[in-house]
Amino acid sequence: MLDNIKEFASEFFVTGDPLIYGADVSIGLAMIAIITVLTYFKKWGWLWREWLTTVDHKRVGIMYIIASILMLFRGGVDALLMRTQIALPDIQFLEAEHYNQIFTTHGVIMILFMAMPLMFGLFNIVVPLQIGARDVAYPFLNSLSFWMFFFGAMLFNMSFVIGGSPDAGWLSYAPLSELSHSPGVGQDFYIWGIQISGIGSLATGINFIVTILKMRAPGMKLMQMPMFSWSVLSSCVTIIFAFPILTVTLALLFLDRYLGAHFFTLDGGGNPMMYVNLIWMWGHPEVYIVVLPAFGIFSEVVATFSKKKLFGYKSMVFAMMIISVLSFFTWLHHFFTMGSGADVNAFFAITTMLIAIPTGVKIFNWLFTMFRGRITFTTPMLWTLAFIPCFVIGGMTGVLLSVAPADFQFHNSYFLIAHFHQVLIGGVAFGYFAGLSYWWPKMFGFKLNEKLGKWAFWLWNIGFYVCFMPQYFLGLDGMTRRVSEYSWDMGWGPLNLVSTIGGFLMGIGFLFQVWQIAHSIKFMERDTTGDPWNGRTLEWSIPSPAPLYNFATLPQVKDQDDWWEDKQRKQQGLPSLKTPQPIEPIHMPKNSAIPFIKSLCWFVAGFGFVFDWLFFAIPGMIGVLICMLVRSFSYDTDYYIPVDEVKRTEAALRGTN
Amino acid sequence: MKKPSTLKRITAALMLVLTMVLLSGCNPMVLDPKGPIGESQKDLIYISTLLCAIIIVPVLILTVIIVWRYRDKPDNKAGYAPKWEHSTKLEVIWWGIPIIIIAVLAVVTVKYTYDLEPSKAIESEKEPLTIEVTSLDWKWLFTYPEQGIATVNYLKFPEDRPIKFKLTSDAPMNSFWIPELGGQIYTMSGMAMTLYLQADEPGVYYGAGANFSGEHFGKMRFDATAISDEEFESWVQEVKGTSEILTQDGYNKLSEQSTVGEVSYSAFPEGLFDSIVMKYVTPGSSGHHHGGEEEEKEGESAEAQQQVDQNKMSMDMETNETNHENHADHQ
Repeated sequence: MLDNIKEFASEFFVTGDPLIYGADVSIGLAMIAIITVLTYFKKWGWLWREWLTTVDHKRVGIMYIIASILMLFRGGVDALLMRTQIALPDIQFLEAEHYNQIFTTHGVIMILFMAMPLMFGLFNIVVPLQIGARDVAYPFLNSLSFWMFFFGAMLFNMSFVIGGSPDAGWLSYAPLSELSHSPGVGQDFYIWGIQISGIGSLATGINFIVTILKMRAPGMKLMQMPMFSWSVLSSCVTIIFAFPILTVTLALLFLDRYLGAHFFTLDGGGNPMMYVNLIWMWGHPEVYIVVLPAFGIFSEVVATFSKKKLFGYKSMVFAMMIISVLSFFTWLHHFFTMGSGADVNAFFAITTMLIAIPTGVKIFNWLFTMFRGRITFTTPMLWTLAFIPCFVIGGMTGVLLSVAPADFQFHNSYFLIAHFHQVLIGGVAFGYFAGLSYWWPKMFGFKLNEKLGKWAFWLWNIGFYVCFMPQYFLGLDGMTRRVSEYSWDMGWGPLNLVSTIGGFLMGIGFLFQVWQIAHSIKFMERDTTGDPWNGRTLEWSIPSPAPLYNFATLPQVKDQDDWWEDKQRKQQGLPSLKTPQPIEPIHMPKNSAIPFIKSLCWFVAGFGFVFDWLFFAIPGMIGVLICMLVRSFSYDTDYYIPVDEVKRTEAALRGTN
Repeated sequence: MKKPSTLKRITAALMLVLTMVLLSGCNPMVLDPKGPIGESQKDLIYISTLLCAIIIVPVLILTVIIVWRYRDKPDNKAGYAPKWEHSTKLEVIWWGIPIIIIAVLAVVTVKYTYDLEPSKAIESEKEPLTIEVTSLDWKWLFTYPEQGIATVNYLKFPEDRPIKFKLTSDAPMNSFWIPELGGQIYTMSGMAMTLYLQADEPGVYYGAGANFSGEHFGKMRFDATAISDEEFESWVQEVKGTSEILTQDGYNKLSEQSTVGEVSYSAFPEGLFDSIVMKYVTPGSSGHHHGGEEEEKEGESAEAQQQVDQNKMSMDMETNETNHENHADHQ
């Protein structure tokens, strides 16, 4: 009996690596610490009522952001482990198998569990405030989206200590990801972690499209909407067309693995190349899904800190919409080397190059927003300014990669690695960092420390170039991606060492960001104005942090940059264009425990499917069904905030002005 | 803006180190090719870089100028136009210039895409030498059908003569890349791809299995050595005289997951490459595959072969099925 248990445990838990034992211990300690703190301060009820069951978009947004920062830490540690292994030739730090797991989880976590939730966090916090709404269109669904993401991410991360991590690359090309070549449970963790969180992403896409189309404040025309909201719309439109492809592809892979189907297997008439096509039909739009909102953030930041209206508004909208359409016609550029022939390659080379046009136009528009403006160099603006050259160079190498015959020499090399990190870090990460520091005061009511923020900024920025510029040269010198070792005679040592130093500089940059947050909480610079940056859009017209109902009376919108125009009129002593509205009872959604419980059931079911334990999977799925039934028959889902309470809250919040 | 001077110093020092490292490194392989295909690809890389530079260099300069000129300080005399948000003339310019550059680049790209189609033969007075390439877990098998020999994890071929590589895989997809000779192409099971390369001068060229294919794919590096015709002939004779024979059983064992060093074989089973390709070309439930096993197989593989030569071997099953249908028609 004891032996059986021992044998099971040694299969079930990942063993044999000091790194993993270290992780086991730290996970255990962290959990004990969290439980102790919550119990000691009697915060369990608070956590449940105020956070786990909340449907308030601002709190959901904050939870997304906290989760994504944790994931950034995990993904970043993965990156540094990899960079350490290949810093110099012949290092025996990680075995090939372990290295493969780490680059797989690094990719999945950074894209799906870091970039996506950070983006959704910003959507949640900003969009309703920016368009003058009191919540998103479907607050319950919004909470469900978050918890699906969260439990999906937890399931995926669990593979590190239980069962073993996936190791077939971040897109898990078949047949490598098939049972024939990945018999372990790691690949099942991959499928179920992504599936569960993917449903959440799709729901968020739908939610925000409806929110933006149906819930704008009275008077706000689509073409007066702040640019960030436009970027969210274009990103969400892309989500609803792209994510179903991912779900279907992974479902087919699951059928292959679980029921012995032959969609993508080597034998039995399966077609692995179909998997490569399908996964990139999602995968390419996915990178635009994450970068478009970053474009939106830059547009907001650049206008605010140049004290000037965004240049070429219509062009910007048009450019983003073209990008989201074109993004569906370029997937094949990820495998020109599959040899589909010159006709096909030429077609996809051109569609890929075309994307450079609207993207280039956006760069010009940002530059000319600054032209004849007055630029102040706050942290959000610094991230934006650093983004421009970084993205221009990354965009150029992207165009180089799109030249199909030249791609035969770039493909699968570090040139490619350098390119996509340049657009993803320089574009997406810098953009979200800009957004995070820009809207931080709106989320929490205090500013982040500027000095530490600037340190973090310079470390990230310098670290980035030190890390990735050498990789372009390594790629041209024949260094292929995903290799865990190379010998001295290749001559790749020095550049790799430089690159690793750059990686660690970015790691220190991250520590500065954490310090910045901790420091800012301790020495809080309260923002009592609600408008610390002299902003232009509606979110700055209400107190920070925004009250539960956001707007006591719905704003009457007359202009693009409505809040700015309002302030200008006031400054010039002109009467306001708005007629004061009477405060009415505010209709709000009630908190619900169902999203949390239902996602937990999904987690249990997913865990069951991973290990093929039906005694987990079936109860999990039954739980999901029960949650759906309960929700279908619950009619008491909303309430009204009485006028008195709104008045009291407003007086308390605005009284300090 | 005030930035800490320590940071400035660190930046300067790092940039200096970086420049030195970059300058000291010798010419990277892709930019120092030793064959006609790699040479054309290098030209194309330079052309496209220059075309891109036409637009990005001015943008970078403009960025610096604008950020410096319009910074917010009390005595800044530069203009301030907070409401200026549209100029049709300017927008036409910056929609127009990228469109023109991309149009030029597109024309160049399309021309080169057809010129450098991997299955297009290299113009030469000499007949191409055929080498069949099979990627296995985690090793390369090279079979020389004309010489009747085979090698594992190393290649030798005559310089200044086109080499016709026929590529497939008996494992998850990999990618066959000799950067100094030219670009890569995937090796995929059930398909025979064609890649022409040529070395203009003798030398040992680094070859890589560029696409991740599992645990030890990083060990799938190989030396591709270009030698003179005479040296090649004597090497073939030497392999024939001294090495073991690769049997079908030997191949089956070789194709299992393992890593090995360099190996030579004086002979290999006839039609080994085609049989590896056909192994995965199953008609499945379509029911076209019936009777006359050996002959039919040979017939099919000959057809598959022909298709490759015409560069019509497609990755999707439909083509394979059409192929079988045609075959059925012949009967």
